[in-house]
Amino acid sequence: MVYILSMAAKPDLLPGTLDMLILKTLTRASMHGYGIALSIKRLSDDVLTVEEGSLYPALQRLLLQGWVKGEWKTTETGRRARYYTLTAAGRRQLSVELSQFEQMVTAIGRVLRDPQEA
Amino acid sequence: MLGRLWRKLVLLFGRRRFRSDLEEEMAFHRAQMEAELLEDGVPREEARYAAKRRFGNATRLKEQSHDVVGFRFETVLQDLRFAWRQLRRSPGFAVIAVLILALGMGVSVAIFGFVDAALLEPLPYAQPNRLLDVAETAAMWPRSNLSRPDYEVWKRQNTTLSSLEVYGGMGYLLHLGSTTEPVPAARVSDGFFSTLGVTPMLGRGFLPGEDQPGKPKIVILSYGTWLTRFGARRDVVGQSVSLSGESYTIVGVLPRTFEFAPRRDSEFWVPLLDKRNGCEERRSCHNLFAVGRLRDGVNIDAARADLKDIAARLAKQYPGSNQDQGATVQPLYELIVGDVRPILLTLLSGTALLFLIACVNVASLLLVRSESRRREIAVRGALGATPARLVRQFITEGILLAAAGCAGGLMIGGWLMRLLSHILPKAMLVRLPFLGDVSMNPHVLFFAVAIVLFASTLLAFTPVIRLSGMELQDALGEGGRTSAGRFWQRLGANLVVVEITIAVVLLAGAGLLGKSLYKLLHVESGFDTTHLATANLMAPGANYSTNAKTVALYREINRRLMALPGVQSVGLTTDLPLQCNCDTDWIRIEGKPFHGEHNEVNEREVSPEYLETLKAQLVRGRMLSADDDASHPQVIVINESLARKYFPGEDPIGKRIGNGALAPDTMRQIVGVIRDVREGGLDQDVWPSEYESMYRTTDTYFAIAVRTATDAGAMLPSIVSTLRGIDPNLGVYGELTMQQQMDSTEAALLHRFAAWLVGGFAIMALVLGVVGLYGVVAYSVSRRTREIGVRMALGAQRGAVYSMILRQAGWLTVMGLVIGLACSIGASMLMRKLLFGVDAWDVPTLASVVLVLGCASMAASFLPARRAASVNPTDALRTE
Repeated sequence: MVYILSMAAKPDLLPGTLDMLILKTLTRASMHGYGIALSIKRLSDDVLTVEEGSLYPALQRLLLQGWVKGEWKTTETGRRARYYTLTAAGRRQLSVELSQFEQMVTAIGRVLRDPQEA
Repeated sequence: MLGRLWRKLVLLFGRRRFRSDLEEEMAFHRAQMEAELLEDGVPREEARYAAKRRFGNATRLKEQSHDVVGFRFETVLQDLRFAWRQLRRSPGFAVIAVLILALGMGVSVAIFGFVDAALLEPLPYAQPNRLLDVAETAAMWPRSNLSRPDYEVWKRQNTTLSSLEVYGGMGYLLHLGSTTEPVPAARVSDGFFSTLGVTPMLGRGFLPGEDQPGKPKIVILSYGTWLTRFGARRDVVGQSVSLSGESYTIVGVLPRTFEFAPRRDSEFWVPLLDKRNGCEERRSCHNLFAVGRLRDGVNIDAARADLKDIAARLAKQYPGSNQDQGATVQPLYELIVGDVRPILLTLLSGTALLFLIACVNVASLLLVRSESRRREIAVRGALGATPARLVRQFITEGILLAAAGCAGGLMIGGWLMRLLSHILPKAMLVRLPFLGDVSMNPHVLFFAVAIVLFASTLLAFTPVIRLSGMELQDALGEGGRTSAGRFWQRLGANLVVVEITIAVVLLAGAGLLGKSLYKLLHVESGFDTTHLATANLMAPGANYSTNAKTVALYREINRRLMALPGVQSVGLTTDLPLQCNCDTDWIRIEGKPFHGEHNEVNEREVSPEYLETLKAQLVRGRMLSADDDASHPQVIVINESLARKYFPGEDPIGKRIGNGALAPDTMRQIVGVIRDVREGGLDQDVWPSEYESMYRTTDTYFAIAVRTATDAGAMLPSIVSTLRGIDPNLGVYGELTMQQQMDSTEAALLHRFAAWLVGGFAIMALVLGVVGLYGVVAYSVSRRTREIGVRMALGAQRGAVYSMILRQAGWLTVMGLVIGLACSIGASMLMRKLLFGVDAWDVPTLASVVLVLGCASMAASFLPARRAASVNPTDALRTE
């Protein structure tokens, strides 16, 4: 079936890493969605560009799991925005995900290393 | 985990809030991006688009967010709501589709109800699968009655049955108050009810030994008799009732649910007691059947072998009576449903085909719709609906249609069940009692669910298969008209071929069954069946015990009936024709080799006028005369079958026959040969028969046949009242014209039942098939309007357009007809058992099916072809 596959985002992020990136970003401060996107982009030197809208389904997921809390506040420019804060459960989840991610990266690295260098 | 579920529930009820929050925060995000771009000096318009692009498909993202917090059923509800709106938008389609489905489903459910009642419901006895029908076999009988002396040996010597009990038919004259009425009854051995596992609702059953000669006369009532004749009084037990002038004590009443098909009309159940005029003293007199219950751990084959051994021993011990007499055993269930099974299975197959054609029809309607919904689907796809979601939408719509059809189908089914049980003639219900207690039960509902699942699957996946071949851009631009059109034609046309095939099978089946019925009712009977009134009589044996008394009665009946205006002649017989090959006699021909074989022939005792009354045709010699009474030597008239079988190439006139021992008092001389009169059922073979003078006998059970000048039915009441006037103690029953007799024979009833129902299915199939063909052709014409316009603009004649369209329809029809003919010959071979006098490949029937379907199809395609030919080229070219 050829409907709308071309509309889907390019897989420019490793699958499953978006949640982790959001959680990590929120360890520094509570932020609104735009702030999170901006922060990820900046900290990665523009390498990780998210289809920015896809933050929102992810945020809903995190909210539902109880890993982040949302709160409506007024921004410096006077507009209302929802600020997300990491919860204790979110912190625990982040450390779990980080250690899993590190394990995976190390494993991938081992596989990719040239045997001569060993 | 619990927290998650809780938050989900909270969100479920705060959906509106959830949506507005999401909306607002996304809008904020886009505004921020736009502001950022504006700072970088991007023009306002461009900044807005760029922000939107970077943000992604907002609708889809909202939906994804929604999916995260939503429950699965919510999307299902959404789909259902949408499907409902779709159906509401084209009510014509929805109503027709639901109606077709409901009809197909209703018929299937109703017929299944009958099949269930007849074939699936267990018999109403304890452990019914351990019960056996036990009988003897004889040279001409695969299942023959059992004689009482043989039964007693079988019961004593068998090691495989825990009980073996017998039953036999009986008629009594019931004297209640001042009226005398003949009633059907059954004689049974003492353990009959306990073997079936039936206990009377009131009183008690028969006790061991109560069936022996000389024991007190007792009787058990059936429930219906207790209700209608004894006012459902609980104190009837212990009271006495007068049957044929003798007093019987009522000891019990059977429960309402009791039913014993082989003697189902019996009102009174009495123990065997005396040995019936000596008949039951003789091994050669067969008048009983048996039911047995298998011992634990014994199977039916062991029981069969056991009884066959006993029969073989008896044959050796008593060669005169038991030579060639064997034993036969089958499950009691077989005896009861064996006859109706092929008919019901045929009907069930018929409904299955009808249901299939209904589904296929609705499926092709859905196809047409899916074709016209291509744009809608393309738009929804472009707006971000995933293929899976689109497919699910179609599945939901299919299921919704099937469910609506099912609801209607259950209603129609329930109604049809009631209707069918009501319109069936009462005579038929007596013979086929299962037809009376058809109802919606768990089996039927389960069946309904199963066919709904089937229909849903078919309806859901047809458009899905169709859509999966579609390309998005083509659909959006409506440019893919020709390629999609071809695809549609292929799938749609295949469905039409299936419909026509099914219609051919059903039409051919109906045609063959109808022809069988016709042949059955017009089978060569050997006598004139019109203007013939008949009735059965029962005279009280106590009052008519001598030959002089019975002969006086016979003559009086003849004289009084002849005096009625409009009566041309009157005959008396022990058995009317077309009833059964029964009441047989074993004969031996004087002067021919004989080795004790049982030469079984129908034996009829008739009044001298009987054969002439039937208008039987004399071939040689003379008929019986009034002088052939007890004071003259015995003479007989035989039929041609007997002459052919036992006197091949000889003149039988003057020859003498007797019993196996040629005992002097059994010797009788053949004085005449008549053309065969069919004594057995319409669908049975003609047997050799002999006709003796009734004037030598003391028969008190007999029947009359009255030849009338005018309508025989109109004469029946005066005939009955005349008979009652001769002796108020005469029981008169079963008064019918010969035509009615023929119509109500079991063979005719079953054949008619099958022919009418399958005929009904066939007509529905014909209509659905032709409508399907019309739909396909009309649709293809509407899709090809432009093409036709171009052709005509380029100079195609109207005739050429006609023939183009008709060729397409004709090709589909021919395909359907050819495949259908092949299938219907196969199907007819399967239902060969139901056919009478017709081959499965009966050419006239098949030819007329082809003709009918061919004409109907051509008519159905002519209308759209005419529309195509009247297309105005300029209009057609402008349709794009």
